[in-house]
Formats: sequence, C-alpha cells, structure tokens
Amino acid sequence: MNDCCSVGTGVAVVDTIAAPRAPGKIRTVALVGPPNSGKSTLFNRLTGLRQKVANYPGVTVEQHFGKLSGIGRSDLVLIDLPGIYSLDSYSEDARVAVDVLHGAMPGTPAPDAILLVLDSLHLRRQLMLAAPVLALGLPTLVLLNMSDLMETRGGEADTLALAKELGVPVAKISATRGTGLDSITHFLDSKSQPPQASPTTRLELPVMGNARSYRQWATGISTRTKYKAPLSSEWTRKLDGILLHRIWGPLFFLVVVIAVFQVVFTIGQPLSDGFGTILNAGGDKIGGFLGNGWVESLLIDGIWKGVASVLVFLPQILLLFLFIGVLEDSGYLARAALISDRAMRSIGLNGKAFIPLLSAYACAVPAIMATRTIENKRDRFATILVAPFMTCSARLPIYLLMIAAFVPNKHILGGFFGLQAAVMLSLYVLGFLAAFGTAWLLKSSILRTASAPFILELPQYRLPTVRSLSLRVTERGKVFLKQAGTIILCVTVAIWVFSHVPFHTDLPQSLIGRLGHAIEPIIRPLGFNWKIGIGLLSSVVAREVIVGTLGTLYGADPATQSLGLQAALRHDLTLAGAMALVVFFAFAMQCTSTLAIVKRETNSWKWPAIQFTYMSVLAYVAAFATNQIILLFIR
Amino acid sequence: MSALSELRVGTAAIVESLDLPDEIGHHLMHMGFAPEARVVVVRRAPAGDPTVYSIDGFEIALRRETARFIRVAPQPEGPQ
Repeated sequence: MNDCCSVGTGVAVVDTIAAPRAPGKIRTVALVGPPNSGKSTLFNRLTGLRQKVANYPGVTVEQHFGKLSGIGRSDLVLIDLPGIYSLDSYSEDARVAVDVLHGAMPGTPAPDAILLVLDSLHLRRQLMLAAPVLALGLPTLVLLNMSDLMETRGGEADTLALAKELGVPVAKISATRGTGLDSITHFLDSKSQPPQASPTTRLELPVMGNARSYRQWATGISTRTKYKAPLSSEWTRKLDGILLHRIWGPLFFLVVVIAVFQVVFTIGQPLSDGFGTILNAGGDKIGGFLGNGWVESLLIDGIWKGVASVLVFLPQILLLFLFIGVLEDSGYLARAALISDRAMRSIGLNGKAFIPLLSAYACAVPAIMATRTIENKRDRFATILVAPFMTCSARLPIYLLMIAAFVPNKHILGGFFGLQAAVMLSLYVLGFLAAFGTAWLLKSSILRTASAPFILELPQYRLPTVRSLSLRVTERGKVFLKQAGTIILCVTVAIWVFSHVPFHTDLPQSLIGRLGHAIEPIIRPLGFNWKIGIGLLSSVVAREVIVGTLGTLYGADPATQSLGLQAALRHDLTLAGAMALVVFFAFAMQCTSTLAIVKRETNSWKWPAIQFTYMSVLAYVAAFATNQIILLFIR
Repeated sequence: MSALSELRVGTAAIVESLDLPDEIGHHLMHMGFAPEARVVVVRRAPAGDPTVYSIDGFEIALRRETARFIRVAPQPEGPQ
C-alpha cells in the first residue's frame, strides 16, 4: 500500500501504476465490495455451480472461490473476499481481505486483478472503498451494480467521467439480471495482453486510513462526475411502515416464527421420516446381497445405519437453510434482528442471534452455520455455544418414548392441558433456560465484549431469486455433508467395533456393553442402569440412536412409543430415573454433527471440546438433581 | 449541539463529532456517520430501541448506548 506522507490536506497524489505481480498474465481475480453490494450474486453469476467453500487458515472467515466459467474463462480463478467497508483492519473480515489482496494469505494465490463491486444506488458512500483498493495498484475494474434499478429510479452515473477520475475502467452491470458482464470479459482479455506502455496516470487519492478524507474524496468524485442518486425505494419505506410498526411489526414477526415451525415440522418431519424409511430399506436390500457375515454387519448395521441416523435430518436441515436464505435475501433478516434486539440484549446477545437460535429448535447445524451474519466474534461464539441447548428434533424420539412410558395421560388445569404435554413443554422450556443462562454466563465471563456496538444495516427489500436460493441450499448442504460426513463415518465405525468386539457376542458382552457396565456406578445416582449406560455411549453419534439401542437391549421393537419397549422400560427404570434421562438429553451434547460444525465454524477443536465438557457436566448434574428430587417427593 | 439519541423521529441533523473509541468511530464513519453528514431519524424499533437512521441513502440502526456518543447539530427545517 502506498504510504502517504501529506497530512492535513486530506488528499495526496500517488502513482497508481505499480508493477503487477505477474506482468501481463492474469490467473487469479479478487472480487471486492462492501456488504449488500450484490457481490455474492455476482460471484454466483460468474462461477456458476462450480464453487468451493473453505475457511481461511486460522480465522473463521469463509473463503469462496471458483473458476470463472460463467463468462467462459475457466482458466481463471475468482476469489470472493468478505464484504467490507474499508481495508482498515478493525474486523477479522477486513484483515483477511487485506492479507489476500497483498498475497500474504497462506494457501491463497495473490490476485493479479480486482473486480470492485459497488452498489450504484448508493455510490457516494460506496466509493469510499475505492480509495484503498485503487491504492493497491493492481489492474482494477469498477462495477456499478444494480444499475438497472438505479436508472429506473431516476439515478444517473457517468461511467466515462468516473473512469477518468478513478484512472481505471468503470462499467454498469446488474448481477441479478446478468447484464453488462461482457465488460468483465473485455477487461480480463485486455489485461491478459502484455501491457502497452500505458502512460502513468497520476491519481489523487485521500490520506490512507482516514475515514473523513475518504469521505471527502468520494463526495468530490460523485459531485464532479455529476452522480445523481436515485430516489429511495418507495416500497421499502412503505413495507417497513408495516413490518416495523409498533403493533403489526411484532405480530408479523410472530407469524413468521410460527410459519417456520409449521413448515419444518409438518413438511420437514414427514420428509425426514420417509427419507429414513428409504435409507433403512435400501440398507436391508444391500445387506441381503452381502449375506450374513461380519462384513455385512459392519457395512449395513454399522456404517449404513449409523450414517442414515444422521442423514435423516438432511431434509429438515435443507428446509432451514432455505428458510434462512429467504429471510436473508429478502432483507427481512435485518428487520427480525431489529425487532428482537431489545430482548436478546438482556442476555448479552444481540438481535442477529435470534433467527439462528430459532432455527436451533429444529436443528443446531443450520443454526450454527447461520451465525455468520453476527459480525462480533464473541457474540457469534456465544450464540454457537448455546444453540445446541434448544430442543432439536433429534431429542423428540427419546422424549416421546419416555413420556409415553412413564407419564400418565392425565388432564391437568381443568382438562385444558394433558400432563404428558406439560412435561414435553417443560423440557422445551428447560432447554431455553439453559441456553439463556449459559449465554448470560458466557457474556459475563470468557466472552465478555468490551465495547462492540450493535450496528445493523437495513438493506432494501428484494425478491429472493430461485437461482440464488438453490445455490445457497446446495452449497450449505454440501458443507454439512462434507464436514460432518467424515467424522460421523469414523464415529459409526468405532461404535460398531465397540459393539461387536469380541466377535460372536451379544451387545451386553461387547466392549461397549462392558463399558456400559463399568460406568454404571457413575450413572446410578442419576437413576440409570447399565443398559441406559450403553444407550448413552452409543448415542454420541446422534441423540435419537438411543431409542434403537434400547430396543436391541430390551429385545423389543425399537419403533418409537412401541408398547413392548415401553413395558420393558417401566419394568426396569423408576419414574425418577426416566425423568432424569430426558433431562440428561435436554442438556447433553449427544450430536457428532453439531460438534463437527462447531469445529468448522470456530476453526478450532477448542470450542467443541469446551462445549462438550460443559454440556455433559451440566447434563449429569441436572439429571442427578432430577432423580434425587423426584425420589424425595415419591417417598 | 446534542446527542443523536435525543433527536425525535422525523428530525434531521448534521453529524459533528463522534465521542467513541477510534476503532468504533472509524467503523461508523465508514458506514456514513462522518462529520458533515446529514442524518435523519427514520423510526424506532417496536421495542423503542434501537433506532433506524437514514444516512447517505442507507438505513442503519444503532442502539441508544451508541447513538448517545454521536454529537449532532439539529437542523431546524426538519426532514427533506
């Protein structure tokens, strides 16, 4: 970067034609732009389906890259940098962007050219980012995105005048419609040629690192090029008048929340169940071909069924990704954050944590992946750490089984409410309280934030496109399968080995059976026997696995709420032990997928380890207390 | 001169200074809250806080705890 020396004048003259790193040859192109400039839409447009997502090393910022196949230049790699307002490194995103642009990011090639995307509706402010980017001296093309919208709303931008001021080519595009993209092809072709002896342009850039001088510079250029800002979106204002209204706003918010649950449970649950049936039937079919040896057992009982127990959640997870995508792309996500901020603040989190925590009621995996919209790292980590306390759908099979077996179906409160429903509801409340208590605890201890303000930009409402939603859902789905897949495979193989060694023994005599016996003294104070111990051990892969394990151990049909299994459990467990078991499941981190995703999102094993330990200890203590208290009352 | 948080919905003002730590101040300036910028109070969240401000054609919500450190000169003529 150019070190500027003149202070006070606000403007310094610098030579911008610095030698590119690989003169004349472009291999890597960086996509730079502020948040909400439509950068991701353009990235999807330019790379199509063939994009890769990973974490940058050592940080929690996602790296998106792909071949420029969307404009027929598959020989070039496009790197999508995180959305940033400036290159001053006060955020992790900006630090990553600076490192990548300087070629200082390990594993990421230094970019040879830059596509700078600016939202043409708000060019006056968006131009502020152009100053530090142009100062890098790389071949740059400035793209005025959403130019179609700007023009229909009466805005004007003179690309030629802007190009003259900025010393680089400027083009109008619309990433949503895919117009103006030929300017990118043009730019890349011309820059791939050996550079002609281009005259060194002398360009006036503001003093680096000074927001005020950036602003004066950007305003100056806007004025000189006669930029005319379009009228602000009429219907965004009108919609906000309703959706952020004191009464209608929260009401609509409530409707959205209820709609999500309806969709996830009335559509997602049957989909998941159907998918599970297909997976199991498929496993049995293939098993039939393999005969009855240990190979069949390992492949089908071990791997296939183990992996299937996690895969059954895929329909629900994808539905949640879709739902979060609609909220985000439409612009309502920011409004939801605005409405819920006051309540979330009371536990030390901010409004942006609300939708992720809400999704965690169905599944913690999409919830944790959705926390990326929370800029503040400590707030984001706190949200990640509490999300698995929300009652996810994998807890329901064991809740339903235990409640059906042990809680009498009596009416309470004058017949309005069933006792079984009351117990179920209190388990939901318990998870909620644990999440909020933990959030409060984290925010007043290890994740205390000094003074990070809550700044929320409210983007204009937009209609989400099918294209961008389907890309998002497939991309997120792939990340989940890739990330959780390997670990789940390892855990299922390990559990199979532990349940089948020594060979030709039943589950109780296997390693895991002996381990279940061995931990019995530890779990007896909770009211659990060794069979429950085995169930707890085998369900580390996914919570609902315990129902199947108990079915095997009691020699009964493991189908949820099966009467045979219920009778066997009633015979073997006390009411106190049964309630302690559901409380244990309310708190314990029995989910390998979640641990794998937390590892990915925090980019370290430290946080999943802390989370697993904390939740297990809490589960043990709570189950112990439940067992002892109920025993006290019954006596 | 008064604090941004004290302005009523519908009023406009010119930003004068930010009494915030450099890091936060710079971030807010990059988002538009720079001296000489004109800011309009658009609406408050249903719960009364945060408040939505319009600056440079963008709508940005800030909590009262942040907005009270932004010094502004109210504009008598009101919004647009």
